[in-house]
Amino acid sequence: MAKITFHQPDGSLDVVEPPPGTSIMRAALGHPVKGIIGECGGNLMCATCHVFVREEFVDGLPPISEDEEDMLECTSEPRDERRSRLTCKILADVDFDLVEVDIPRTQTF
Amino acid sequence: MSTVIVGSGQAGLQVAATLRQNGYDGRIVLIGDEPSLPYQRPPLSKKYLLGAVDEAELLLRPATYYAENAIELRTGESVVSIDRRGATATTSSCESIDWENLVIATGARPRTLGIPGEDLTGVFTLRLLTDAAVIAERLPSVTDVVIVGGGFVGLELASGFLDLGFRTTLLSGSHRLMDRAVSPEVSTHFATHYVDRRLDLHLGARVTEFLGEDGRVMGIRTADGRIFDGQFVVVGAGVVPNVELAAEAGLDVDNGIVVDSSLRTSDDRIFAIGDCARFPSIHAGMPWRLESVQNATDQANHVAAEILSGTRREYADLPWFWSDQKNLKLQIAGLAANPHRTAVLGDPHTNKFSVAVFRDDRLVAVESVNKPADYQAARRVLGRKMILSYDRVTAPGFELTSAKE
Repeated sequence: MAKITFHQPDGSLDVVEPPPGTSIMRAALGHPVKGIIGECGGNLMCATCHVFVREEFVDGLPPISEDEEDMLECTSEPRDERRSRLTCKILADVDFDLVEVDIPRTQTF
Repeated sequence: MSTVIVGSGQAGLQVAATLRQNGYDGRIVLIGDEPSLPYQRPPLSKKYLLGAVDEAELLLRPATYYAENAIELRTGESVVSIDRRGATATTSSCESIDWENLVIATGARPRTLGIPGEDLTGVFTLRLLTDAAVIAERLPSVTDVVIVGGGFVGLELASGFLDLGFRTTLLSGSHRLMDRAVSPEVSTHFATHYVDRRLDLHLGARVTEFLGEDGRVMGIRTADGRIFDGQFVVVGAGVVPNVELAAEAGLDVDNGIVVDSSLRTSDDRIFAIGDCARFPSIHAGMPWRLESVQNATDQANHVAAEILSGTRREYADLPWFWSDQKNLKLQIAGLAANPHRTAVLGDPHTNKFSVAVFRDDRLVAVESVNKPADYQAARRVLGRKMILSYDRVTAPGFELTSAKE
């Protein structure tokens, strides 16, 4: 089973093992994990599921689509060129088995 | 301590979720009259009808979430009356539930046209999952569709039906598409796009009657006397807010449940949020009612914070909207109420552009077509209350994405 470790800004951890095919965003909402909002429901329309992927997991994820790229251009907490991702289209078992992410301090303006 | 939430849509669910996530330890009862668990409505007119997502994927939270978070979810039940003196709510199963805080999030229902033939078989509306399921079930036998209404829902349906290969006709009473939501520039762009996709589009075609035979719809008559064939008709003519429960409880209603800037009704202990609430909008500069996911979610979060802190703050979150229509991704930040001027940013012929909307020479909204970066930048600029004039936005070299205070 895939495993996601969410690191909160205060250093606390949430570990979620979601069913296959679940996006990181939906896994966070169902747990629930603080700091992931997913307001648009997973349509790359709101950028409120922004995370910083931990360095060792960055290259294992699927590439950033044009739409994700555009939305990442202007996130609430400034983008990290290498580690920033929107999590609504990254799926457990499909795109990763193991991932660790840092949750930003803010998701909205 | 107890909070009762009437309505389990996007707004109602979010109040419960945010309360619990932020340490509320009182009782939370979430009551919804639909049979299903709380779900997302936006995909109903898009991916769901195309068969690209199923019911499970629409759910806002997994089924296990409610018990795990001590949220008492009642599906298929409604609140039939509110007793303000006794601070209780009575449900359709005759249960009386005490509340300390009450949140009304009853949403809205499709507006009826009030014309003959509306109840004929073959005339559909779309609001609920059950509505979408009925339409989806009929689609395999459909070849021709008529859509009444040129707003978001009508166009999203048109986009999907064209994709499914149906001969699709759209009758809009208004002379331009999405006229309540976007500038004329965007309306025109969408109309051109849809005509290119072979939508049989009729603007200014006000429907006056559905014509039937043996109880089934066969045609549609418009105000100018034309008759269109149609045996499968979907009406998307806007919504009316569900205010009856509030009105019967003696709360003020006027095109929505009237609330103050902290989203409280005329009874301090009772909030109203989402599609059903009319609130003093700082972005519109007047009382306004918004039908959107953003409004439902942000108002819910605001109310949860009010309940948790016992304070009274002004709700001021920036409105935003989206509509996904195949090759047209429309994203709007801000509220273009009573605009006095617009400026097109970029070239519409590239199918990637934005329209900046000004009121009193101040940027108040940005409508982006396939330009997510402009939209995101607009959310930042407008969310931070930056003041941008028409001259500044239209000056050579200006980019929303790099706008500074």
